[in-house]
Amino acid sequence: MLITCPYCGPRDVIEFTYQGDGNRQRPQPASQNLDAWNAYVYDRLNPAGDHNEIWQHSGGCRAHLRVVRNTLTHEISSTAFARGDHNSVARHRAEDKP
Amino acid sequence: MVERQSPLEPVLHPGSHGNFEHGVEIILSETRPGSILQLAAWPGEEKKLMAGIHAVTGLALPDGAGGGVTNGARSVFGFAPGKFTVVDEAEGLAPAFASVVTSAIGTVTDLSHGRTAIRIAGPKAEWVLAKFFAIDFALPAFPIGAGRSTMHHDIFAQIQRTGADQFDIYVFRSFARSFWKALCHASEEVGYEVQ
Ligand SMILES: [Zn+2]
Repeated sequence: MLITCPYCGPRDVIEFTYQGDGNRQRPQPASQNLDAWNAYVYDRLNPAGDHNEIWQHSGGCRAHLRVVRNTLTHEISSTAFARGDHNSVARHRAEDKP
Repeated sequence: MVERQSPLEPVLHPGSHGNFEHGVEIILSETRPGSILQLAAWPGEEKKLMAGIHAVTGLALPDGAGGGVTNGARSVFGFAPGKFTVVDEAEGLAPAFASVVTSAIGTVTDLSHGRTAIRIAGPKAEWVLAKFFAIDFALPAFPIGAGRSTMHHDIFAQIQRTGADQFDIYVFRSFARSFWKALCHASEEVGYEVQ
């Protein structure tokens, strides 16, 4: 299985680490919504077909990637940087300001 | 200045080795640069970091993933989005960046004592490296100056092409001796010289 990293190009799957289901919506850390936390931890679509996933190119550029993989054929139909999905860097830096 | 010890010292044996009756087709050496730095830009600050690298080293980075350039004494290449490895024969490169790469632009990490630089050269360099790494070493796919991040089993490696048939490989210092021995074994069948 080859995954085409947006930075490094096509690389063998051995260079990548699976970081889990890309459909999960993590509640805010202070959330006490137990249904939301339960869904985040346990609910999975488990599709027989295209699946949104997060992978890290841990044996290469170390970027986190948003990957669509077909669970029946292992075909990778798209890859993109995960950075920017939640604008996390910008948000944390904004919060750091006094 | 204190002489820096090499982790390769017990296994680096100058001379010709392996199947060299018809000449050596690989030359292995340790380049022992004085400075090996990792520079990282905050999101959106990449161009300023590249300008800073140009100001300090005189090396103009090309645009594009894995782009790089070398002038022999100094080398730089991208190894990840917004991140660059900068190498200098001389020690003391990190302080030169202190006033250029400000905390608003990014970070400078001095890895001079944490990495070992191994050079593989010769007409079979591409061929030997292809036994280690599943990436395309052909010149059109991997131009001179360019860098690649990859791994051989668990040994993470940054590779820069510094000549048509020459590559500089940066590995963790603690893996360097094992990796060097593997490179020697892989070069035996074509004949190699250690310099
Ligand atoms: Zn990558």
